[in-house]
Amino acid sequence: MSWEAVIGLEVHVQLATRSKIFSGASTAFGAEPNSQACAVDLGLPGVLPVVNGEAVRMAVKFGLAIGAEIAPFSVFDRKNYFYPDLPKGYQISQFAHPIVGRGELAVAMPDGSEKIVGITRAHLEEDAGKSVHDAYAGMTGIDLNRAGTPLLEVVSEPDIRTPEEAAAYFRQMHTLVRYLGICDGNLAEGSMRCDANVSVRERGAAEFGVRTEIKNINSFRFVERAIAYEIERQIDVLESGGRIVRETRLYDHERDETRSMRTKEESDDYRYFPDPDLLPVHIDQALLEAVREELPELPAARRHRYVETLGLSAYDAGWLTQEPETAAYFEAVVAAGGDAKLSANWVMGELSAALNRDERAITDSPVTPDQLAGLIARLQDDTLSSRTAKTLFEGLWAGEGEVDEIIEARGLKQVSDTGELKAIVERVVADNPGQVEQFRAGKDKVLGFFVGQVMKATQGKANPKQVNELLQEALKP
Amino acid sequence: MADIDLPHLCRLAQLALDGAEADAARADLERIIDMVDRMQAFDTDGVEPLAHPLGTAARLRPDEVTEQVDRDRFQALAPAVQDGMYLVPRVVE
Repeated sequence: MSWEAVIGLEVHVQLATRSKIFSGASTAFGAEPNSQACAVDLGLPGVLPVVNGEAVRMAVKFGLAIGAEIAPFSVFDRKNYFYPDLPKGYQISQFAHPIVGRGELAVAMPDGSEKIVGITRAHLEEDAGKSVHDAYAGMTGIDLNRAGTPLLEVVSEPDIRTPEEAAAYFRQMHTLVRYLGICDGNLAEGSMRCDANVSVRERGAAEFGVRTEIKNINSFRFVERAIAYEIERQIDVLESGGRIVRETRLYDHERDETRSMRTKEESDDYRYFPDPDLLPVHIDQALLEAVREELPELPAARRHRYVETLGLSAYDAGWLTQEPETAAYFEAVVAAGGDAKLSANWVMGELSAALNRDERAITDSPVTPDQLAGLIARLQDDTLSSRTAKTLFEGLWAGEGEVDEIIEARGLKQVSDTGELKAIVERVVADNPGQVEQFRAGKDKVLGFFVGQVMKATQGKANPKQVNELLQEALKP
Repeated sequence: MADIDLPHLCRLAQLALDGAEADAARADLERIIDMVDRMQAFDTDGVEPLAHPLGTAARLRPDEVTEQVDRDRFQALAPAVQDGMYLVPRVVE
């Protein structure tokens, strides 16, 4: 039997405000436990929440970026449940009237294609605190610094069909919120987490199967692996005659498996009702227009521009636009005169490898966009070969000076003087009579040996095309 | 009369009611549900849903850190603390 998975993601985006969504406590990461949990966050009697306007603006910005309708009035509700990481006994969220309505996201797939995923809604809510289970004998430690941090929960339509698409969607969401500047995108610090709803059905069936929810995944790789595991598990259960139970599962990345946490029927009784402490949020036309003015060029538009006006492949365009800083660097190289395709190759190749190796951010690159453009210009005017260009790059990286200084100092100029090269070629041919005979006997591969010898003699500075031509000439019987 | 699952409601609300308290709570709930039933009889076609009785919108606060947390003072209220953490009876996921 052929199976098809149906996947929807709920992504929690921590909004990059300075203060919390309903209190004036700081949201800075990494503070001493509970040093940023004020009376409102602790749920002490008599306190009142007041909405952070910046969190509202950020939600509106997101909504406009996905082409969604922004609700002129949205309402905060209480989602009631008991867990010590939210001492009020409820989480303030939005249920019936979320701030952001239906929209869509154009997701760049790894193969360069694009998939449109529908977004059902996005709503504002407060984050919960953190529980520490194993450090205290018989007790659980609670750190409420994170309680009250603004979250935007983005719910997708069940439009996703494979683990790869799910990972690409999560990645695209990450790219978008970083472009918008509404989230720092730091997955390791939990700034973005996602829950995945997964079900399988016979291919072509109209109805969805029973779904499970995998909670709290915080890496692109784990999203893909957790969903892949869960799809396999559900197919195994169904093929061996069992049935899927609606439940919440947890992904254990060390064992690469999902485990049951609790069955849904037990816990899903949140008794939402409008929070009487909070008035509805009104978004007027003036605010909408002001936020619209602030929208940057969005990732999909930038991707399309790179393909259409710079002539890059869809893959390269997707790669370069993933992080706004990378795109800015690339565009600075092009603005400084770098050929678009060569600039893309150097940013994606040599530069990105060096940044990875030295664990540096592109904003902190020792090689500036101007220098990279200069290197590319010297490559194009044949001063450098691809090999000496790499040597020059190393020199720039090490801070040895500007492009032409290093070419001079390290003697990187390509030898294109035909007379000089010809002499070297003839000497190499004369010095290796055995190989000459082999070549003349039809062993074409020996040509590589000669090219290597010439390159060695010129310390890599010979123009390879010229070397080839001269060798062919000299080796003729 | 509505079917009230009192044990379930008590579990959700984390309440342990003894016999007399449970009877009183049940009677209260029945009266509340009766009132809601009577409200259902009104014709609300064309009436806009109201989330809040005040007809105004929320005032938005500027994004500024205004709260300096005196942790020791707050933690003096808690039954158990350690290393800056509030301690609660073990919660197992």
